[in-house]
This record gives sequence, C-alpha cells and structure tokens, in this order.
Amino acid sequence: MTVSVSLTVNGRPVSVEVDPRTLLVDLLRQDLRLTGTHVGCDTSQCGCCVVHVDGHSVKACSMLAVSAEGAEVVTIEGLASADELHPVQAAFREHHGLQCGFCTPGMIMAVVDLLRTNPDPSETEIRQWLEGNLCRCTGYHNIVKAVAAAARTVREA
Amino acid sequence: MYPFDYYRPTSVTEAQAAFAEASEAQWLAGGMTLLPAMKLRLAAPLVLIDLAGLDDLNGIGPVDNEVAVGAMTVHREVAGSERIRTAIPALAALAGGIGDVQVRNRGTLGGSVSNNDPAADYPAAILGLNATISTTRRQIVADEFFTGLFDTILKDNEIICHVSFPVPELAAYVKFSNPASRYAIVGVMVAKRGEDIRVAVTGAGACVFRVPELEQALAADFTPAALTGLEFVSVGLNEDLHASAEYRAHLITVLTRCAVEAALGW
Repeated sequence: MTVSVSLTVNGRPVSVEVDPRTLLVDLLRQDLRLTGTHVGCDTSQCGCCVVHVDGHSVKACSMLAVSAEGAEVVTIEGLASADELHPVQAAFREHHGLQCGFCTPGMIMAVVDLLRTNPDPSETEIRQWLEGNLCRCTGYHNIVKAVAAAARTVREA
Repeated sequence: MYPFDYYRPTSVTEAQAAFAEASEAQWLAGGMTLLPAMKLRLAAPLVLIDLAGLDDLNGIGPVDNEVAVGAMTVHREVAGSERIRTAIPALAALAGGIGDVQVRNRGTLGGSVSNNDPAADYPAAILGLNATISTTRRQIVADEFFTGLFDTILKDNEIICHVSFPVPELAAYVKFSNPASRYAIVGVMVAKRGEDIRVAVTGAGACVFRVPELEQALAADFTPAALTGLEFVSVGLNEDLHASAEYRAHLITVLTRCAVEAALGW
C-alpha cells in the first residue's frame, strides 16, 4: 500500500506517495533531502529529530509521515532568513551551546517552541523543557546559557 | 516496522467499519507508545486506523460538577487548559508531568488510558478522581476499567470517546519519576470529594490500584498525621533495576503523605 500525503514543509507545499510505515523524519531526510533533522537514537529518547508540526515540537522519529497530512512542518532549515541566523541559532553559536553539534538542530527546534510559549523562562523551566533533548558533549551548561540569551534577544527585538 | 495498511477515517462510524473489515487492526491515537513498539517489532498490526481525523474526540468540555476531556486531547492541552487548571489543578499538573514536551504534544488521554502501561500517569488520575470512561459502546466506571498489565475492559473494536472527571474538593498527584523516562517509579493520586476518599497508585503494581487502608485512614482524618505508622506490604509489587518491591512499598506511603500535604496546600 502507498498513501499520498500532502503537507507544507518550511512554507513549501509538498505532495509525496509514501509507504504508510515511513516516519516523518525519513520523509524529511530521504524524500526531501532535508538532512538537518538528525536521527540520534531512533527510539524517541534523544530529541535530535525534533521538528515543528503545526507550531509544536515533536520527535519526527515517533510520528508517521502520513499523520502529517495537511500539517505545516518546520525543520531547522526553515528557521533562518536569507543570510541571518535565527536568534536561537545565533545564541547557540555565541555561547558555545554545542560541541559536536549533532543534537543542536533538535535542541534549537525545541527551544524555539519554548520561547513561543514562555518568552522569559527561568533556568529551571529551560532545563525542564529540554528534558527530551540529550546532549552528550556539553553538560548542558552552555545550552542553558544560550537559551537564556536567546530569550533576552527575542524579548528585546 | 513491518508493513501495514493505513486508514484515517473522519467519523466514528467510518472508523468502526474500517476496523470490522480489517484483520489484525489496531487503533492509532498519538502513537507515543504504539509507534516505538512497532519500530521494535513488538507490535505488528496489519492495519493501522488513525483516530486523528475524528474531531469529535478532541477537546475539553465546560466545567459543571465534572469536566469531559476528549480521548484525542493531547497532554499539552490538558496541562494548559484554564478550565482544568481551575477546576482540577491536580489533573492539569499530572498531564504536564507526563514524559517530555514532545510526548505531551502528541500523546493523548485515550491512548494512554487504553494502553494502561503499569507506570503511566493518567490511570492514576482516572482511578483517583473516579472518572467515567465513555466509549462507542458504553460508559465504564474507573473501578472496572483497568484489568491488569497493559489490559483494560475495552473490547478490540471499542473506542474511548471521552473521559469525565468529577471535580474533587481536594486532590493532588505526586510521583517519584524515573529520571530518564519520566515514567512513575511510583505515583500517587489522592482525592477527596465529600466522604469519598481515593488513593490511586501507579508504577507499583501490574496496573493502577487503590489502597483501602490508606483511604480509610484519610476518611477518618484527612491529614498527613492520619497516615503515621501505616505501611504498605511489598508482596506482589513491581521489582526492577530502578527500585525493589520494598522501596516501592515505602514510596507508596511517603508519596501519599506528600500528596495529602499538597492537596491541603501545605
């Protein structure tokens, strides 16, 4: 069986025929070649594959592509404008919120979702929000610092 | 994942027709348990019927003496709902503590309840708050719904439509989480509605259960002091690398005391 799925990805309408067992992350990476969304654990623990579906962060390895029918999906590739990083991306660079960078796309997508709902998060709120995102390099300290800085930039913008 | 056919009906009638036609079909709600299980090939339905298109199953009703929550309502909506935060703050807090943000954005009330994971949070809310589960066939009271490990009274083709939570006078849920998964090693919902006192425990047994000894003590005196000296026997409790049965038994009384304090606003 193949199922037709139509969705918007980073503002662009997309229609694809997929095997129903195709995960959203595989549609993004393999069909659309949007490889910024990473697959870390593939067991919904690590958060490397976080994207936005209708404005909310989800783990794209734990959602079927067919379940995204009609949805607006935003990936890490959809955040920056032409030549300017998104404030959260800029803050991660500025505050050294990454080392190997593998978890970073998922971290950043989760943080963008946080700042949409809570523009002034406390350190505790930041750490709680990022419970579903694992980073094996940084120890999280600079990630939390980057998020607080990004929140300030977004508030003052 | 093994291959499967996929349908996304737009009405309950259409969903049931699809289920009746299929062999080895399974309902898909938020998929936060089912999809990982299918990826590990622990589950392999031949047909997946996605309930996401059933708009009637989504949303939170007005507050009367109770609040009805649609089965497809995601945890984020329950946690953030003004109605629920005002009427049953313990339920909003419980939903806001399930898994991580991304699980709460996809996972649903109906999915969690019908899966009946022994360490899931929602079963404690259903049993502790004495909720009624409305399905496509009938209304089921909380005390009859959960029947064992990953087992409920639901028939295979039955769909939960909504769950009605009576508004308690006082209630609180406290859990001791597994730091990695956020599943409850033990979680306790304590609720008081008139003379009706309920203590529902998740994470400690094959599925959620009530503790009559603790309920009777609290019915006589709804304070933490009423629990002094009461101990729960560890026989038959879950035991794994996270916690021994004795440790879980100890947590039941400790968390019940914490939940009573929280319910009283201490």
